[in-house]
Order: sequence, then C-alpha cells, then structure tokens
Amino acid sequence: MSEQTLQTLTWLIPAGPLLAFFLIVLFTKHNRTLSWVLAWVAIISSLVMGWIVAFSLFLTDTHELAAHPVAIADAVDWLPFGDFAKGLWLQMGVAVDPLTAVMLFMVPFATTMIFIYSVGYHNYGKPRGDKLGVPNHGKEEPLFSRFFAFMCLFAGAMLTLVVADNLLLLFVGWEIMGLCSYSLIGFWYAREYDNPKATPPRKAAIKAFMTTRVADVVMLLGIVFFYRVFGTLNFSEALSAHGLEEAAGAVGAGALGIMALLLFTGTVGKSAQWPLHVWLPDAMEGPTPVSAIIHAAAMVSAGVYMILRIFPLIAVGIEGNPAVSLIIGGIGAFTALMAATIAIAQNDVKRVLAYSTISQLGYMVAAIGIGAYVAAAFHLITHAFFKALLFLGSGSIIHGMEHGAEHVHDHHTDPQDMMNMGGLRQKMPKTFWTFLIGGFALSGFPIVTAGFWSKDEILADAWFQGSAGNTLAMVIFWMLAIAAALTAFYTMRQIALTFFGEPRTPLAEHAHESGRLMVWPLIALSVFAVSAGWFGIPEEFPILGPAINNNFFHHFVGATVEETLHELEELHLIGHGLETLPFNPFPLTVSIIVALGGLFLGWWVYGRNPLKAGEPDPLRAPLGPLYDFLENKWYWDELYQLIFIRPTVYISETIVYEVVDRGIIDGTLHLIARTVYTIGHYLKRFEEVVISGGVDWVKDQFLAMARETRQIQTGKVQEYILASTLVVSALAFLIIFFINYGWYDAIRALIQ
Amino acid sequence: MEFPFLSVITLSPIVAAIIILMLPEERKENARMLGLAAMILGLVLSVYIYVAYNQNLPAPDARWAETLMFVEEHSWIPGVNINYILGVDGMSVTLVLLTAIVGLGGVLISWGIEDRPREFYAFFMLLVAGVHGVFVAVDGFLLFFFYELAVLPMYVMIVIWGWEKTREYAAMKLTLYLLIGSFVSFIAFLVLYFQMPTIGLERTFDLRVWAEADFPRTMQIVWFMPLFLGFAVLAGLWPFHNWSPDGHVAAPTAVSMIHAGVLMKLGAYASMRVGIQILPEGTIYWMPFIILLTLINVIYGSLIAMRQRDMKYLIGYSSVSHMGLVSMGFAALNLRGFTGAGIQMVSHGIMTALFFSVVGMIYDRTHTRDMDELSGMAKALPWTVVAFIIGGLVSMGMPGLSGFIAEFPIFLGVWDGGDLNLTNTIFGLNPANYYPIIAILSALGIIVTAAYIMRAINAVFFGEYKGELWHDMRPLLAIDKFALVGFCVCLIIIGVFPSVIAPVVEAGVTPVVNRLIEAQQAATILDTVQTVATNLLALFGGA
Repeated sequence: MSEQTLQTLTWLIPAGPLLAFFLIVLFTKHNRTLSWVLAWVAIISSLVMGWIVAFSLFLTDTHELAAHPVAIADAVDWLPFGDFAKGLWLQMGVAVDPLTAVMLFMVPFATTMIFIYSVGYHNYGKPRGDKLGVPNHGKEEPLFSRFFAFMCLFAGAMLTLVVADNLLLLFVGWEIMGLCSYSLIGFWYAREYDNPKATPPRKAAIKAFMTTRVADVVMLLGIVFFYRVFGTLNFSEALSAHGLEEAAGAVGAGALGIMALLLFTGTVGKSAQWPLHVWLPDAMEGPTPVSAIIHAAAMVSAGVYMILRIFPLIAVGIEGNPAVSLIIGGIGAFTALMAATIAIAQNDVKRVLAYSTISQLGYMVAAIGIGAYVAAAFHLITHAFFKALLFLGSGSIIHGMEHGAEHVHDHHTDPQDMMNMGGLRQKMPKTFWTFLIGGFALSGFPIVTAGFWSKDEILADAWFQGSAGNTLAMVIFWMLAIAAALTAFYTMRQIALTFFGEPRTPLAEHAHESGRLMVWPLIALSVFAVSAGWFGIPEEFPILGPAINNNFFHHFVGATVEETLHELEELHLIGHGLETLPFNPFPLTVSIIVALGGLFLGWWVYGRNPLKAGEPDPLRAPLGPLYDFLENKWYWDELYQLIFIRPTVYISETIVYEVVDRGIIDGTLHLIARTVYTIGHYLKRFEEVVISGGVDWVKDQFLAMARETRQIQTGKVQEYILASTLVVSALAFLIIFFINYGWYDAIRALIQ
Repeated sequence: MEFPFLSVITLSPIVAAIIILMLPEERKENARMLGLAAMILGLVLSVYIYVAYNQNLPAPDARWAETLMFVEEHSWIPGVNINYILGVDGMSVTLVLLTAIVGLGGVLISWGIEDRPREFYAFFMLLVAGVHGVFVAVDGFLLFFFYELAVLPMYVMIVIWGWEKTREYAAMKLTLYLLIGSFVSFIAFLVLYFQMPTIGLERTFDLRVWAEADFPRTMQIVWFMPLFLGFAVLAGLWPFHNWSPDGHVAAPTAVSMIHAGVLMKLGAYASMRVGIQILPEGTIYWMPFIILLTLINVIYGSLIAMRQRDMKYLIGYSSVSHMGLVSMGFAALNLRGFTGAGIQMVSHGIMTALFFSVVGMIYDRTHTRDMDELSGMAKALPWTVVAFIIGGLVSMGMPGLSGFIAEFPIFLGVWDGGDLNLTNTIFGLNPANYYPIIAILSALGIIVTAAYIMRAINAVFFGEYKGELWHDMRPLLAIDKFALVGFCVCLIIIGVFPSVIAPVVEAGVTPVVNRLIEAQQAATILDTVQTVATNLLALFGGA
C-alpha cells in the first residue's frame, strides 16, 4: 500500500468515531437504532483502518523499522506560534511507529468489542425504561443515544492520542477522554444512595475529573517546559538523540529529569497511581462498559502510553537525576502493592477489578522506572485485553444478578456485592469460563495466559537489574512479586465468591446468562487474553521460545527506541541501550510460584469451603483491624479530605472572601466612602452655618444699609451731581495717590 | 472616498438609539427590531472588515501606523489639534468583531424585557457604540470620549433595570471606580500631552504620533503607573477588581454580558494601546511588579468563585480571574504573552457572554440564582446545560476549545519571560528569577477553576428536578437557543482552528511588542530609585 494511502488512513482512524459523535448528538439523538448502528459503523471503520496500518508495520522487517521507526508521518499547520510571518507554526500531525502500531491493534479491537457488548448491556430492544439518569434494570436505557455519543467521542479521542505525533495533540485527546470519563461516570446522574458513605455517580464523576485535572495541569506545565527546551512538541524531532543532546547541553540532564517528572504527573493522574489513585474505584459508578473501556483498556492505559512515548526523555532524565528512577519506579511498585492489598478486602465485584487495575498499572509504571520499556508496553497490551474481558464479565454478572432482582422484586440487595452472589457457575456458564480465563491471565497463570508472560518480563527485568547491583530494582522486584501473589489470591477469592458454592441470595438464585451480544465479545476477548502473550515469549525459553515467533513483540516494539537509545548511549547520555536480557530461571520460577501459590491460597480460603449466606469473610477475624484498614482503602479519601479539601474551602471561604475581599478591600473602600461622606457632611454644615450664615449676614447688612441710604434719594438733580462729583474726586484722588506712592506706601501714608 | 466602515459601525447604534427614543412608548416591537437591525448591520460590517484585514495582514516589522486599515480622518476641534481619526489594527478589528457578536447576543437575550424596552434598547445601543468607539479610535481624546460614553449608560441601565437589592450600590461603585480610573489616566495623558514639545513633537492627540514618541525614561517610569492603572481598573486588576463582581450581579443580563464580555476587554485594550504602547520603558520597568498583581488576580478570583452561592457572583469572580490572565499575558512582555492575552480577551468575552446569558435564562424562569436552591435544570432547560458545560470547559482551558488556545501561549510567554535580560529591577525583583514560578502558580489556578465550574454544573444542572417550585418554567425561545449556539460555535471554531484568529491578533500586537523590544535594547543602566526620587522632586516644584 502506498505511503500516501497509509497517511490518509492514519488520519482517518480517529475521524470515524468523532464524526459519529457529532452525527448522533445533532441528528440521531432520538433514534436509538440509528445511534448504535452509527457507533458500530464508526468503530469498525476505525478497527479496519487501524489494523491495516498496524499490519503494514507488523509485516515490515524489524531491522528496517529500527533504522526508521516512524514509518508513517504527516502533519499540517495548526497554530501560529510566536512568529507566524516567519513560518513558525505549531503543527498537528499523525505518526505511526511500532509502539503506535501495537496500540492500534489493541485499542480499536477492545473498543469494538465493548461497543458490541454495550448494546446488549443497555437492553436494546426490551421495553423502554422511563427513569432518566438511573439504571433501568431489565429495561432499555432511555439515554441510549447519549451513551453511544460519548463512547464515540471517547474512542475518537483515544485514537487521536494514539496516532498523535506531538505532545499537544496527545494532550488534546487526553483531555477529551477526561471529559468523556466525567460524563460517562456520571451517566446515571440522578442516582442516589441511602448509605451516606457511598459515593453517588455525580460525585464520583467530579472526583475523577478533579483528581485527574490536578495532574493534567502539572502535565501542562511539563508541556510548556518541554516546548521551551526543545522548541517543538513533536516527539520524533524533540526526542531524537540529536534533540536530547542539545537539550541536555542547554539545561542539563537533571532538568530533563524534572521535565520527565512533570509529564509523569499526568500519568499519575490518568493511570490512577498513588497518590492520585483515589478516583478510579469511585469511577466504577459508571455503567460497566464504561469501566471496561475507560477505566481498564484504554484511558488509564493512555497514561502509561504517554510515558512510553517520551521514554528517551525519561531515560536521559534517570541518568541525569537518579531520583527520577526512584520516584517513578517507587510510585509504581508501591501502587502495585498497595492496591493489591486493598483489593483483598473489597466486596464490590467491580471495585476489586478497579483496584486490580490500579495495581497492574503500577507494574507498568514500575517497569518504566527501571527502564524496562518493552516489558511495560507488553504488559500494557495484554492487560488491556484481559482487564476488558474481566470488566465485561463482571458486567455480565451484574446483569444476571439484576435479572434475578427483577425476578424476585428485590431492589434493596446490592447486585454488585460479591457477598450476595455465589453459585453463578451453573447459572452463567459462559460468563464463568471467560471470567476464569481473564482471572487466570490477571493472576499470571503460568505458560498459557498472556498475563504470565508480560508480568514475567517485568519481573525478569527487575531481577536482572537488581542482580547487577541496582538496589532499587531489587526492592521493586520483591514488591512486585508479593503484589503478584496477592493478585492471584484476590482473583481466586473473587472467582470463588462469585461462582462457587451455592447462591447466597435469591438474586443469585434467579440469575441468568446474558444474551449473545454480551457473551460473544467475552469469548473474543478471552482468545486474546490467552494468545496475546505468545508473541512475547523469550527466545531462550525452552521449547516455546524458538517455536513461537522468536519473541516478536520484543524486537518489534523495541525497534521504536532502539536506535535512539543506542545513539544516546554513544553520547554518554544514558548508561546502556535497550538490551535483550540473558535468560534466567530464577525470576521465572518466582513468578510461577507466586501465581500458583496465590491461586492455591485463594482457593484454600474461599474455594474449598464456599461461603454460606450470612457468613462473614473468613479473613476478617484473623486480620482484625488490618482488615478494616484495607476495607477502608487505607483511609486515603479521609486523609485527602482533611489535608487538601477542607483547608482549600476554608481559605477560599473565610480568608480570601470574608477577610480580604469583603473585609479589607471593600472595607477600605467603604471607609474612604464614609470618610468622604463625613467630610461632605461637615462641609455642608460649614456651608449652612458659616457661608450661608455669612452671606445672610452680609445680605442683612445690605438691606439695612439700603434702608438707610434710601434717604439720600431725594430726587434732586443738583444733589446727585454734587454727590457724584465728590465720589469721583475722591476716587481720582485715591488713584493718583496710590499710583504715585505705590500700594504699600500709599496705605502707610493713609494710616499715618 | 472609501466607504466609512468604522464610522458606520460605531455611529449606527447611536442613530438607532435616537430613532428608538423618538418612537412612541407603546411600539416596543419596533424598538427591538431597530436595535436588532443595528446590531446585525454592525456584525455584518465587522465580519467584513475582519476578513478584509485577515487577507491583508501587515508585515511583522511594520510600524503601528502602517498596520492600521480603514483609516478615516477628519478635523474635529482644530484649536487643540483634536481630530476624528478612526482605524483598526489586528487587535482592535478582532475586538470590534467580538463587540458585534456580544452586542447581537445581548439584543437577542433581552428580547423579553417588558419594562421600558424603548429606553433599554436606546441605552444599550449607546453602550455598544461607546465600546466600538474605543476600539476604533486612533485619536487619544476620542478614545477617552468614547470611553466615558460607554460608562454612562452602564450606570443608568444598572440603576433602572438591575437587581433591586444591590443595584444602586453597585452602580455607584462601578461608575465611581471607572470614572476615577479614567480620570487618573486622563491626567497622566494630559501631562504627557503638554510635555510633547519637550521631545520635539507638536502637541497632538493622534495616537500614531504617540506610538512613535520617545518620552524620557524618567518620565515614562513616573507616568506609566497612572496611565496604565487607570485603565487596568476596568480590566479588573487586583486590588481594583471589586466593582466588577458587584456590577455583574446587579446588572440586567444583557448588560452583564457586555460588561464582562466586552467592557473589561476595553480596559485591557486601552491599557495596552495607551499605557504600554506609549510608554514602553515604563512598561518594562513596572511589569515585573504588575505581574504579581495579576497572579493574585488569577488565584484569588478563582478561590473566591469557589465559595459563591450566587451564580452571577461566581461568574463575576471567575471573570476577575480570567482577566488576570490577560494582564499577565501583557506582563510577559513578549509576543506569545501578548498574543495569548489577545486571544484570551476574545475567548473570555464570548465565554462570559455565554455564561451570563445562561444564568439570565435560568433566572428569568426561576427567579433565583442561588446554587443551593437550583437543581436539575438539565431536565427543564437541556440547551442551557450543554452551553454552560462548553463555556465551563473553555474556562478551565480544555484543549480543543478557545480557552486553551489563549492560555497555553500565555503560560509559555510568562515562562519565557525569564529570558528578559533586564538590567534594572524594582524592589529587587528580576523577572528571570520568578517568571517561571508565576507561570506554574497561575496554572494551578486552573485547578481551582475546574473545581468551581464543576461544582456549579453539578449543583445547578444535575440532581433532582423540583418542578413544582418553578411556576414560571417555560422552554427557551428560539432566539435564546440561537444565541447560545452562536456563542458555542465561536468557542469551538477558535479552539479547533486557531488560525482563524491567531494571525490577526498576532499582527495586532506585534507593533507593541516590537516597541517593547526596541525600548529594552535602548534601556540604559540607571539607578532607578534615584530616578524616581528626582522625578518626584521635579514634580512637586523642586529644582
């Protein structure tokens, strides 16, 4: 296919869903059938074009790609910047390199599956629900069109972000996704809960938006810094060896590390890393397809994708400032471990998955922190497949439970609480098997599942660096290994509580397998949840390595940065380039042990003797207060309320508004006004008493004088003449006198 | 002779106002139609001159006088060399277009006014004429004249049609602030006018001459503050911002729209045209200090907006915060900052007009603006929620909308301000040390913006709809929807295709920035404290 065609196709990948958004909003809002058909057509067109573009790279020789990673690129002028007349424009463009290609393989596919699933999930074709902004169990969602409109906008934004060739366009997609996330989390905007501790969707939406917003603003500053240092926002220009060399020469590698951290803050928000992870669990208030696409497969991965994009910058930054490695790797590993512990004590089927998402994203971030580029990308892709699968599976479970709730007319039992489930294996066999596959992939069940290979690669990288003397990497290795064991444990707990044993409530008793539109996507995704890992089996792995693809993923994605890192290494800006690790059985053994051990322990506690109705969680008693601590999510929400939100409200309310604005500024103003008024008041008094009084007195005197002088008016002409003559002579005398002597002497002469 | 576009744009509202006043009291419909016709005429002509200007952009090194288009020149008061000179550069042609858009929106939104609509429309026309006049005036005296013409109708309209509770207080506060501000500016302006012969110029009010004048450095430093601050008051510069939220709240919807949408830009524009452009060395001297005030504007305005319950106060303080970004763009002292400031003026103008029209629509139907009382408006007035959310996203700088196109260059420009190689510093402040920090801190203001916008959206539009409370609830008029859609379209177009506006604005601010660059190159090292001291001495009749 010609380069021109591929460029056009790349531009068109995000166009379809974006167009569909406008068409649905403007024209097909009231026609539900047309709305979802439009959405499907749009996303399938993206899928087809995305795969054509992706496969055009998959089929290219990896050595050729390593020499020229950006296989497809095109850009147009967008914003005149600084000196438009000198032709300095900020450009907007698309670029496809191997990393983009694997994303273009995964994102449209997962999105398409979720779009298909959503039609079933919102009960298309059933009687129409009449309650706006709340779930209509078993009835068709009345805001069906709106849902698809935002899903399309979201998909368009995510695809824009993936194909963006510069940081600004990436940020555009990033922010639009944030907005879609807001409107989709708050999709059931009128939903309220009796429990005051529960977060209604409205609040969850705001929390998600605000938390990520905090991070985005810091990221924006990173972009500003980036532009100032590199003079461009284009990835391939700025993050080439040449560009980085100049930048490091200009501001120093340490400053590049700061820049990397500013941008990384965006990831902390978007990918829900500690300390900004608090929004993601509450985001589960949105409809389940939303959780699957936004909060598992696509949007939260975007954060990791972004730091993969700027990886050369991070690599240089780490070299210039070791704290960068500590912060990124430390945050990742801590998040992975912390979220895994919380997931153990959650009972909401979706919240368990939410914490597991946070935890798995932590793996990827930790991998970046220790420079394991390919491993992070690999886990990003496999995780997207199996986490989308798990979320859709949980949606199917909830759907089945809601069906049961409709059947028994029970609207008080929470259909998402795993304690109310049990025995769903017989009721929903297809959901069970696909969920089991997803769960095993998440736990890293050895050899077969995708999750095993990608997680193993991260652990292997950490081990390799740790044994080479990097203490941080060693600590990360053990933290991630423990987190992996916990992951397997809580996954087994979830599977056991949901599917094993006997139904614990009438809801579960009357649950019911979901329709075809929901089950098919589960099956399709479960195929990938298993097979996606086979593309990244290390070459040295006995039998499987050479048999399958020779670690295609590593060579292909590695080609994205291989050349740049090599050049940087020669420039001594980084310690070592991209390496293929020597095969080491130790980390492999560890990952097999933790996965199987965790699964077995989970089965031992929850699966061997499935919970009966009314029984408490078997861990509650042995863990005691620790269980409360985990159940309450380490009390992060309460802490943030105390140290951020309340002081801000206090400052804005009391200090800034009451004291400064209304107190000092207005007070000064009113004081001036009152002073002026008071002065005016006294002036008025002065005028009344002194001036008016004075004038009155003068007037009175005049009147009195006039009365007296009236007597001279005798009417005799001679007297008038006489008087006039006298006056004139006197005046003449005075004038002459004054002129002769001058004023001063004249007065003196008169006085004397 | 060329068709006098600018005179027609400026004076046609006045003509319309006179005709409206001559109509009999009961012919309300005619008054409305006349006002609408005048505004449409203005919009059509504004679009025309904007497009014409866009197609003939001046070279980046052109002097200001060369960048002016559609110049009209007539003698007015020859005795003191005051002339009627109109003309537009890239900045003013954009603001003329903005005024025309907001003015038309204002007429549409006020369609339902039943209390003396004749007088309302007449005053509204006068207000629009005054604003247009300031933007197109090339003669300094004319600029002040139009400025006062704009302030006066504000007072009358707030007092007569405003919110009963605060209108007298607010109108008085606003008028006094603005008049005193312009008075201070005018004194500075006159002082410079009388000093013109000392630098070898004939006394004139022609700003084209002023834009080339090189006043002595000391004089620039002394007189910059009054000249700039007088107008900056109108742009809501902290701590002189206080009139603005009170004024917004008390004003009727259309006046709030013009007030926040255009009138505050008038202050920013005039402070650039008369303050910065005339006294570049004074600008360079004082801006590192003024930027601190603008930073306070940004943070402080948004923090206060967060605790407001009255929607109009919320938008009023958010305006204070956003206008702070405009002044901050100026204070960056470079092309990016100025361009960003120019785009921010347009973006914020349309955005606030949108906000106020939404609030007006809700208030007309519910008779309250209290966010604690309102809820569920999304159900009753679905168009308003979409419009308000789009406005809110602009306000928090969402990429893809106009706010981002404005704020991103401003932050970049301010950060770049660290490159200012200033030899002189005031109060020991050297921009290189703290401009990047200012950029960072002001960006954090965006977070607070997001918080109060989200809070407002959540409280007013979502939640339970209590239909029984609102007896006056009725659907929006087609006119209202038209206005909302128009505003939203503008915001989106600028955001997606910034090239429709950015080159024009940039062409407008380039001469000003060039002048700053020249001044900076010419600046010599002086002990500034001594400079100020000697000047003050000279001022108060010393040797």
